[in-house]
Amino acid sequence: MNFETTIGLEVHIEMKTNSKAFSAAPVKYGVEQNTNTNVVDWGFPGVLPTINKGALEYGMRAALALNCEITKDIHFDRKNYFYPDNPKAYQITQSQTPIGRNGWLEIEVDGKKKKIGIEEMHVEEDAGKNTHNPDGYSYVDLNRQGTPLIEIVSKPDIASADEAYAYLVRLRQIIQFTGVSDVKMEEGSMRADVNVSVRPIGSDKFGTKTEMKNLNSFEHVRKGTQYEAKRQQRVLLSGGEIQQETRRFDEPSGETILMRVKEGASDYRYFPEPDIPPIHISNDWIEEVRKSIPEMPDKRREKYVVSWGIPEYDAGVLTQTKEMSDFFEETVANGADAKLAANWLMGEVNAYMNANKLELLDTKLTPEHLASMIKLIEDGTISSKIAKKVFQEIIANNSDPKTWVEEKGLVQLSDPTVLEPIIETILDNNEKSVDDFKNGKDRAIGFLVGQIMKETHGKANPKVVNKLLMGSLKKR
Amino acid sequence: MAISASEVKHVASLAKLAFTDEELQKFTGQMDDIIGMVQQLSEVDTEGVTVTTHVTDAIGVMREDVAVTGTAREELMKNVPQHQDGYIKVPAIIDESEEA
Repeated sequence: MNFETTIGLEVHIEMKTNSKAFSAAPVKYGVEQNTNTNVVDWGFPGVLPTINKGALEYGMRAALALNCEITKDIHFDRKNYFYPDNPKAYQITQSQTPIGRNGWLEIEVDGKKKKIGIEEMHVEEDAGKNTHNPDGYSYVDLNRQGTPLIEIVSKPDIASADEAYAYLVRLRQIIQFTGVSDVKMEEGSMRADVNVSVRPIGSDKFGTKTEMKNLNSFEHVRKGTQYEAKRQQRVLLSGGEIQQETRRFDEPSGETILMRVKEGASDYRYFPEPDIPPIHISNDWIEEVRKSIPEMPDKRREKYVVSWGIPEYDAGVLTQTKEMSDFFEETVANGADAKLAANWLMGEVNAYMNANKLELLDTKLTPEHLASMIKLIEDGTISSKIAKKVFQEIIANNSDPKTWVEEKGLVQLSDPTVLEPIIETILDNNEKSVDDFKNGKDRAIGFLVGQIMKETHGKANPKVVNKLLMGSLKKR
Repeated sequence: MAISASEVKHVASLAKLAFTDEELQKFTGQMDDIIGMVQQLSEVDTEGVTVTTHVTDAIGVMREDVAVTGTAREELMKNVPQHQDGYIKVPAIIDESEEA
């Protein structure tokens, strides 16, 4: 029997608003425990949540970028559960009126494009963080409590582990370009729940699904999904039944392990949040938000290829992250040639980031300085060899390239009246090479150019040197 | 019966409540009466009527996204039975599956 796999992904992304979804406490990562919370986050008696307009706007931005319809009349719902990461004992979420519905994004796997549907998107609040200790206690930090989340629920359109991986990569890219989140897996600002089921090919009913929760690595999603689909096939082939359950991906073994049999959704006892009256989202507001969305990666890629003459592949690399794409565009806006800027970013800049394990924005390089350096190369002020030196300086120390080049006396020598006497002296001192050249040994030229470079400490303009040298040699 | 004793027991356990058999019988009867009364509403024709989620006509008011310094930790900790190093200390409950 042959099976087909059906995968649905629920992705939670923390939005980088200034304040929390329903309280004014600050949203900040990596601060001292329980210092960015207030009585609303702690659910003190008598406190009232208020909606953060920015959180709703970010949710709308994400929804629009994922081609969703915006729900005009929304309210919030309570999802009830007891767990120390949330002292209110309920999460404020949107179960009835998701901010966005019926969206899609496009993935590409093995050269084949495919649209993956998005069922719905919710704006909700995150919970705090529990740290379990071997002493039998958990230690609770509520800083994360109330951080606005956008939950993105895919349609069951994903048919393989590779498609699931591609979906996540694409989703992260789009969300990053909207500017609503840094989507850093390692900081937990993007987490995925994965639903997997299998059914015999041709069957019109989905198989029973199992769920893996809170995966925080794309690779774990891929491996866990692969394993889980195979496991379910084995169970069915041996005459067993799949039960609806929550499983955990175990990284060392690459297997999924049963955690618990799933409780029904009704156990969360959802009901409308009585403390927050409904909100109407006007068309004007939607259009305003639509205009605030930065240009998406596909549009940028097209612009780079069509208008700026960047090769397709390079344009793809440059639009992988918003940081890189913004940096590239600012470098061009500062007067750098687009192709040269692209080459520097993908070559030397990338190499520097990898070697020093730095993100682009953590280096000292600015688009202004990169553009200024590229212009110095273009107008012949510095050679491309010297440029590598200049580059190391501007990316490590934030020096202004023009000033630094002048200070260090690295300006390229292109003036024939300066170069000619040097060349003549070198020819006088190397008669053997001159003879070699006359006897047809072209290698002699390389040697002579080397001598000239040595004499000028590498500053001579190679093009000018070549021209002048050939002229002088022919005269001898 | 609109609701069974086992359903009442289940809902009670979700709310961390425990009933004696006697209480369970009593509450099941009472809840059955209440649900039966509320069920009369299903006789009303609600075709085309928007679902009521809030009984007031209030419209939600939004707050601009401006952060305000949180409540001082030492103040908040005054109501915490056990805390250590700025953390709330609770008996370990190993079930991360409830998260968001």
